[in-house]
Amino acid sequence: MSHAEDHEGTRRDFLYYATAGAGAVAAGAAVWPLVNQMNPSADVQALSSIRVDVSGVQTGTQLTVKWRGKPVFIRRRTQEEVDMAKEVDTATLPDSNARNANLGDTAMATDQNRATAPEGAEGLAAEEWLVMMGVCTHLGCVPLGESGDFGGWFCPCHGSHYDTAGRIRKGPAPENLPIPLAAFDGESEIILG
Amino acid sequence: MAGIPHDHYEPKSGPEKWVHSRLPIIGLLYDTIMIPTPKNLNWMWIWGIILTFCLAMQIVTGIVLVMHYTPHVDMAFASVEHIMRDVNGGFMLRYLHANGASLFFLAVYLHIFRGLYYGSYKAPREITWIVGMIIYLLMMATGFMGYVLPWGQMSFWGATVITGLFGAIPWIGESLQTWLLGGPAVDNATLNRFFSLHYLLPFVIAGLVAVHIWAFHSTGNNNPTGVEVRRTSKEDAAKDTLPFWPYFVLKDLFALAVILAVFFAIVGFMPNYLGHPDNYIEANPLATPAHIVPEWYFLPFYAILRAFTADVWLVQFLHWLTGGIVDAKFFGVLAMFGAIAVMALVPWLDTSRTRSGRYRPMFKWWFALLALDFVILMWVGAQTPTNLTGWISLIAAAYWFGYFLVILPLLGVIEKPTTPPATIEDDFEAHYGGKSHPAE
Repeated sequence: MSHAEDHEGTRRDFLYYATAGAGAVAAGAAVWPLVNQMNPSADVQALSSIRVDVSGVQTGTQLTVKWRGKPVFIRRRTQEEVDMAKEVDTATLPDSNARNANLGDTAMATDQNRATAPEGAEGLAAEEWLVMMGVCTHLGCVPLGESGDFGGWFCPCHGSHYDTAGRIRKGPAPENLPIPLAAFDGESEIILG
Repeated sequence: MAGIPHDHYEPKSGPEKWVHSRLPIIGLLYDTIMIPTPKNLNWMWIWGIILTFCLAMQIVTGIVLVMHYTPHVDMAFASVEHIMRDVNGGFMLRYLHANGASLFFLAVYLHIFRGLYYGSYKAPREITWIVGMIIYLLMMATGFMGYVLPWGQMSFWGATVITGLFGAIPWIGESLQTWLLGGPAVDNATLNRFFSLHYLLPFVIAGLVAVHIWAFHSTGNNNPTGVEVRRTSKEDAAKDTLPFWPYFVLKDLFALAVILAVFFAIVGFMPNYLGHPDNYIEANPLATPAHIVPEWYFLPFYAILRAFTADVWLVQFLHWLTGGIVDAKFFGVLAMFGAIAVMALVPWLDTSRTRSGRYRPMFKWWFALLALDFVILMWVGAQTPTNLTGWISLIAAAYWFGYFLVILPLLGVIEKPTTPPATIEDDFEAHYGGKSHPAE
């Protein structure tokens, strides 16, 4: 008799757990679409890679494009700017990492590691292009070009100075302006992402 | 309502009895509006009505503003200008709604500090306090999302900075931020969901306000002495209380009238005084305003967020202790939410058995310092960061935590409180008794 009661209890317990488990799974399955709808939609994701025509960018000017909702600076630097950036000893930089998504995590912040070059380019053509996010690494403001103490960029929010290779030199920002995934397709088109 | 003994609603006429036996709604409203209320409540007890009025005003003006607003990045800014220029009386509705948020927060801060001084959070009113804190959090979320809707420069960059806070959370931060924004940056998806939630949350708040009122109607109001209403008999209770209607309703309405006179002067003559001119420039993801500042009512917590920079030893210690997981940015976020969390936990942090600050000689001074601290944090939150403001915000933030985590627990042990009056009636007589009743 008592054996039968135990058996009854176990069966009932099992049914409770099974029902509760099924209920929890069903509730989770019902909630998930409500949560997931807030993730980036297909049209937003489709813009994660864009092509930029840079044939019109003259030496000493900058093109700013919006990519993934944020500004990207594409600057065609002068020989002078490149020379200024090359003169710097990377050991003296506040952030000696290249912060270049196209290179490894350990790449040094040399001018060469910061620049983006068309395939097979030589001379100034191989080092003039600087493609980087226009988002200050301090609190996300957009720095102003051709200003600051190092002839590069200056963030008006809290006074961070970046040099002509977009490296942090002075001020509260902790890192160099990051370089996104970027590559030339031919000589006049850049693919971002 | 359990608690203070008083006369309940009795249906008398036939139709009343018919309704009452099916749905006792008249009785519920009657008992709510006739609730026995301590008769010694002072002018700091008016903010509840002001807050209820603010919620109603924000919902009503908000609903009509939505009839003209377009939640799309290309049209939001223009539709707000359309409200300002073309819609009949639209400028007034928008100014009421925008400044209404400021009145709402001013009232909620005074309401909270009233509770902190008179010990309204203490047993048995902890649930009232916690529900109130949840309402306050929802108010902040609602206010923040509403500020994004006009899609001006401050809207956009404020949203960028605040959602960036979630990005500081280790491991999950970045995906959480993307999920909140619906993309890699603040954009149309963000604007749409903020609009949806900005419309929803006020109704959630309204529901919680009902719970808030239900909770303190169950325990009875606190009062300036912190002494409970006598529940020994209906007669004793009647000596300590007066019914809410008409006595307190009329007092509160008088206060509301005075406050609305000032409010309408601001809405009418200086409607943009509390706003930022940058928000009349359309949002531009490619250019940041020179100085990003939150609305005034967020400044104290914004100051706490910024106070803990990488050169503070506590931040460095935690950075080392957690192996780099907690950096300065994440520490700031923790501190900001922690500042509200310690306030929510005050019923269990305050160890004193004396409820009202009126009878706590040492507490009074620490409390005054806390109120001053709040104002200092608000001021420093609006300043451009310098070395000096960095120190001020750090000391002020430290005091905020010190008050709740160290001073309140210790005071209950070391302080010798004075004796409160035995009953509310005694307190009332001591204040107004000598003059008998001027109205008679």
